[in-house]
Amino acid sequence: MNFIQQGFAWIFDPVRWSGPGDIPSRILEQLGYTFGAVAIAAAIAIPLGLLIGHTGKGRDVAVALSGGLRALPSLGLLIIFALAIGIGFKAPLLAFVILAIPPVLSGAYAGVEAVDKRTVDAARAMGMTEWQVLTKVEVPLGAPLIVAGIRSGILQVVATATLAYFASGGALGVFINDGLVTRDYNELLGASILVTALALVLEGIFALLQRLIVPRGVTAGQIAEVRSRPTRSRPTVGSPIQEGK
Amino acid sequence: MIEFTAVTKQFSDGTVAVDEFSLVIPARQTTVLVGSSGSGKTTLLRMINRMVEKTSGEIEIDGESIYKLNPVKLRRSIGYVMQNSGLLPHRKVVDNVATVPLLNGVKRADARQAALALLDTVGLDRALADRYPSQLSGGQQQRVGVARGLAADPNILLMDEPFGAVDPIVRAELQQELVRIQRDLGKTIVFVTHDIDEAFLLGDQVVLLEKGGRIAQAGTPAEILSKPANDFVATFIGADRGRRALKVEVVNGRNVVVDADGRPTGVLQS
Repeated sequence: MNFIQQGFAWIFDPVRWSGPGDIPSRILEQLGYTFGAVAIAAAIAIPLGLLIGHTGKGRDVAVALSGGLRALPSLGLLIIFALAIGIGFKAPLLAFVILAIPPVLSGAYAGVEAVDKRTVDAARAMGMTEWQVLTKVEVPLGAPLIVAGIRSGILQVVATATLAYFASGGALGVFINDGLVTRDYNELLGASILVTALALVLEGIFALLQRLIVPRGVTAGQIAEVRSRPTRSRPTVGSPIQEGK
Repeated sequence: MIEFTAVTKQFSDGTVAVDEFSLVIPARQTTVLVGSSGSGKTTLLRMINRMVEKTSGEIEIDGESIYKLNPVKLRRSIGYVMQNSGLLPHRKVVDNVATVPLLNGVKRADARQAALALLDTVGLDRALADRYPSQLSGGQQQRVGVARGLAADPNILLMDEPFGAVDPIVRAELQQELVRIQRDLGKTIVFVTHDIDEAFLLGDQVVLLEKGGRIAQAGTPAEILSKPANDFVATFIGADRGRRALKVEVVNGRNVVVDADGRPTGVLQS
């Protein structure tokens, strides 16, 4: 318990809240990597995922690709990029983009695939163009899973962004490394708490966002179903329901 | 008028759903395609709005080949009602009904007004307009589906077993409603079902299909009942089981119609 208190004491020491390399600027760097990498990953993976989900083509390739990318060790990737393009923020950003692509990609195609095929068929039979089927039906109905993919990507990157210091890329990993090197365990612990808190806050925000993005009609149905279906089936009695009256 | 000429559909797995099918579907009447599963009736229906593409043959609407038209434009000019209503779950009832007019560029307020009027046509309370499909009963959803099919005021309405998934009481209600709507609007309706009683009830022309879209018999319900073309037709319409062989017996001075087992089905009015 003492350790934890000292960790918090390290965080709340006013010295760390101003000047170059202070906690706010490190947090901003951490968030910058997170949102930057996920934004780039989303720009690549969401159109690709929507295309795969809509056409049903290339699904096997996407599964294999995202599985393969997931297996890559982030640290190894980071070092390779740092050696290739030099230290700074670019190498870690690139590594984190690759880390974020698999969850975003699978969220996007799973979201579109999960939409009831009969609904899609009806939309097409009404005379929607393929683009309208995608934007007016598949994306709104698949949105919860698409956002879940982004959420998962953000969570992975915000935790992994601590590795950026390996390429002199800043972020909260700097404190962790300093703590390790100087055997300042308060600093080590304090920085770890910060990373954890950051991840939890983002997770909370996105969990909320994911709930908000579920189309109204879909939730309305779920609630109606809970109300209209008794847990034990009742014997049918009385007169039939007057349809539409 | 819709005309099929030697239309064949072979699916990519090799099954021939429809083989050299020819039929004329007259305008402003209800034509019912009836058959068991595998008879190709839904495939035929979906070929009219090009949801299924032909392998060979020709389909014309009012003398014009549908293959010269853009499929999207073609579909917007044809109403389509499917079994499970196919409503968009994330849109309110009124927006679902207005789907096609909105796609055609009708102003939102106008489309909404027209959609509300259509709810009256199909016998739905306007109070349901702002509900979501999942908040309606199956029968109500089906009515919304019919309203949506009618929204762009198409000449042709395709109905793919629209009343197949609702209970018998609601089905009977919806069938009567459709008879009434058709009397008022006079659309060219192509209706697919596996229920021969529904076919006889709704169809001006009934087309009985065997496997592979072969026409076993086509004609008015009276023609088919009075002269089944073969054993398949007789079995399908229930003539061989005596279901259609009704007799008149005099009970209490009135003519009571009974079936082959002597069970009464109604009273003859003179």
